[in-house]
Amino acid sequence: VSDLSAIAQRAVEVATAAGASDAEAYVSRDSGRTVRVHGGEVESLTAAVQSGVGIRAWVGHRVGYAYGTDFSEAGVAAIAARAAEAAAVADEDEFAAPPQPSEFEALPGLSDPSVGEWEAARVADLAIAVERTALESDPRLVAVEMAVYADSDEQVAIASSAGVAGEYETSSCYAYLQALAEGEGARETGFGFGLARGPRGLDPEAIGAEGAQRALEMIGAGKPASRSCPVVLDETVAASFVGLIGGGLSARAVQRGRSPLAGRLEEEIASELFVLHDDGRALEGPSSAPFDAEGVPCRRTPLIEGGRLRSYLYDTYSANREGVASTGSAARQGYRSLPSVSASNLIVAPGSHSREQLLAAAGDGVYVNDVAGLHSGVNPVTGVFSVGASGRIIRDGELAEPVREFTIAGELVAMLGAVSAAGAEPRWVPFGGSVSTPPLLITEMAISGS
Amino acid sequence: MSRLLDQDVAARVLARALANGGRFAEIFAERRQGQSLAIDERRIESVQAGAEEGAGVRVVEGNTTYFAHVDGLDPADLERAADEAAAALRGKRREPQQLQGREATPLPIERRPEDVPAAQKAEMLRELDERARAQGDGIAQLMASYAEARREVAIANSEGLFTGDDRTRTRIGVQAVARRGDAVETGAETLGAHRGYELLEDDPGQIAEQAAAKALTLLDAVAAPSGSMPVVVGGGFGGVLFHEMTGHGLEADHVQKGASVYIGKLGESVAEPLLNAYDDGRLDGEWGSDAIDDEGQPTQKTQVIEDGRLTSYLYDHLTAERDGVASTGNGRRESFRHLPIPRMTNTYIAPGDATPEEMIAEVPRGFYAVSFGGGQVDPATGDFVFGVSEGYLIEGGKVTSPCRGATLIGNCLDALAAIDAVGDDFFMKTGICGKGGQKVPVGTGQGHVRLRTLTVGGTER
Repeated sequence: VSDLSAIAQRAVEVATAAGASDAEAYVSRDSGRTVRVHGGEVESLTAAVQSGVGIRAWVGHRVGYAYGTDFSEAGVAAIAARAAEAAAVADEDEFAAPPQPSEFEALPGLSDPSVGEWEAARVADLAIAVERTALESDPRLVAVEMAVYADSDEQVAIASSAGVAGEYETSSCYAYLQALAEGEGARETGFGFGLARGPRGLDPEAIGAEGAQRALEMIGAGKPASRSCPVVLDETVAASFVGLIGGGLSARAVQRGRSPLAGRLEEEIASELFVLHDDGRALEGPSSAPFDAEGVPCRRTPLIEGGRLRSYLYDTYSANREGVASTGSAARQGYRSLPSVSASNLIVAPGSHSREQLLAAAGDGVYVNDVAGLHSGVNPVTGVFSVGASGRIIRDGELAEPVREFTIAGELVAMLGAVSAAGAEPRWVPFGGSVSTPPLLITEMAISGS
Repeated sequence: MSRLLDQDVAARVLARALANGGRFAEIFAERRQGQSLAIDERRIESVQAGAEEGAGVRVVEGNTTYFAHVDGLDPADLERAADEAAAALRGKRREPQQLQGREATPLPIERRPEDVPAAQKAEMLRELDERARAQGDGIAQLMASYAEARREVAIANSEGLFTGDDRTRTRIGVQAVARRGDAVETGAETLGAHRGYELLEDDPGQIAEQAAAKALTLLDAVAAPSGSMPVVVGGGFGGVLFHEMTGHGLEADHVQKGASVYIGKLGESVAEPLLNAYDDGRLDGEWGSDAIDDEGQPTQKTQVIEDGRLTSYLYDHLTAERDGVASTGNGRRESFRHLPIPRMTNTYIAPGDATPEEMIAEVPRGFYAVSFGGGQVDPATGDFVFGVSEGYLIEGGKVTSPCRGATLIGNCLDALAAIDAVGDDFFMKTGICGKGGQKVPVGTGQGHVRLRTLTVGGTER
């Protein structure tokens, strides 16, 4: 038993002593660093360890939550008391009950030792290489606004009065840049990124080259004409939309009438070419773990297959409401947050089309490789969206001039029905959660430009 | 000076931070506590409370900042952060200047939220629920939330600054879902301030009624138009337009890295002479106000546009040093776990002399964006987008059908120059602004504002 598990066990005992009929403690310790570079120099280097405990207390069918950073005996006791007090304020909810323990299988390979082995100077060099690759790619690539490397090594332990007990360690790192290109009287930006379990898994040249290429190809961009036409979403844009679909598959949103997918179980909602799973144990997926945020084993859940909606995502509470089993989809943003329902790693099955074949199938349309304003331009309850976009015109099945300052608009579920081809090469993208998807061809979307 | 940080301890930790050199060192100590609860499906839930304390220490040498943060405020914790920050430096020891306590007066809080029983907050949420549902049978779902947060901070730096602040913010938010047949729409409203529970002693129920009314109105919405047309933007949160299309591009870090369309524009005319705009971190009780910024600099009122001319960028300590100017008190950070960067406080377009009615009456065909869900800008290219949460068509000088699914899109410099009328009906609203992975509370404000032309991105021709 590690020190974190010991803290979790003690917190559970203290909380039940403070009046909780049941209690659960989630303890995490995260050591991380961030390096930002600019102009070949380190601009900032951050190193930190942070840890905390969150206690969920049930008093009968009432739930309360409290968190803090003080692991002393008095500190944990104060947090436990506040959790029990919070429960007294909540209303009774017959489905609120502590998750029952179940066996989970360890998931080796979540932690990469290179996170700890690479010293600060070495990861700084990695970020500098990202920047340098972009700057040396083309004279029109005039600056890199920022190049960043960040990593973290997190230990998590959970314990509950119902007998849940587990711990794991996971590491992750990423690097990205925002490159600036200049030409035809305007500045253009392009991002590039990579993610891995440790720095040895990152390719700084590929990341820098992606940012440069995205910025350079936008030089001379104009506004496309308003119309409805075929649209190819690149992997990053497709991932953002898939993340929104994942949100709509949360049973919490469905049960509360706040999802465009509510009441659609087993219905035909998507093209047969759009196949979606959630897999909390996919090792390449950044959100993988042996168990979810309330100790339920992670698993693979088919969500959309054969065009039909196969399942929603459940945590224990939402599963209790329907008398089904949790899909291991409880998630939290660290010890500060109550568990809620969220997808783990969303995986879109790759199709058969190469990028060239996707463009050829589109014929005349728009290739979208960046979107903006997702948090305000998408209504997650109704699925109606209109978001800013940029990319390239597709003419005669090939990429043509760059375009920006336009919107793509539609409705999320209708868009799933309009997927007419999926690319053969998927990519892991950390936008909109954790998503692996190939590029997707959408038969028709509304473009608003000039 | 501060119950968070003892002056002698601060002096010792700063000396330790400079043990391997550095031209600047700083301790930012913080205690955060908060409580939140929500009502959903008529049930009080998600009741939670939290408390955290810790400190961040930074050391600056050359163009590099070394930063470390720790949980806990014991002298040993602070020393650990100082040692960690100093670890990568290789220079000679420097001595910090003697600390001079400078008293800052925190914004007044009449009724400390932590003294109000949680049960009373729950009752307030129940009232919001009732008031919203009373707007009509069409209200199918109602969610309302309450949050209070207190941040006590203490700041000491190697230039002798030693100060602190005590900030309390209170906010409620309401989201209503309306349903009629197959039609589903949502409406949201918020009320927040750098104030205590007194904020909610007036009539918070109004917010719930407004959110519900919005959702119900939208049930009759038509699909939003697409294309370029005159746009009238509503007061209050409409100010997010200025926040995105100008405010971010004025933050000095973007400017210094070549990632702003406002580079080289100081003193130049960027808008019609009728436009005056400010960033003001001292507005009484406003959501984005603080007594001092997160580097200990007193907040101030900075005019950024005067009669259409660009007059100032927004600076924190390091960017001001680089430009050889004084900080404008815009160095802000989400918490002790973050480095300060230039951020807006309360940003607004000063009231003009047009009335909203006049502004709309002059538009033969256009779009009326009453409120936004939020927005986003790429300061380097100037491209921005705003999701409209409540919008209407303007036809023949009159507001007609409500519209769903509209986004406004454009480029900063063009759109700023296209503002041809500013209304006299000024008010402020609250927002949460994200930049560089850090979220901070910001105020936005304006009266109605009209743009000659802007692209509306809907689905209808």
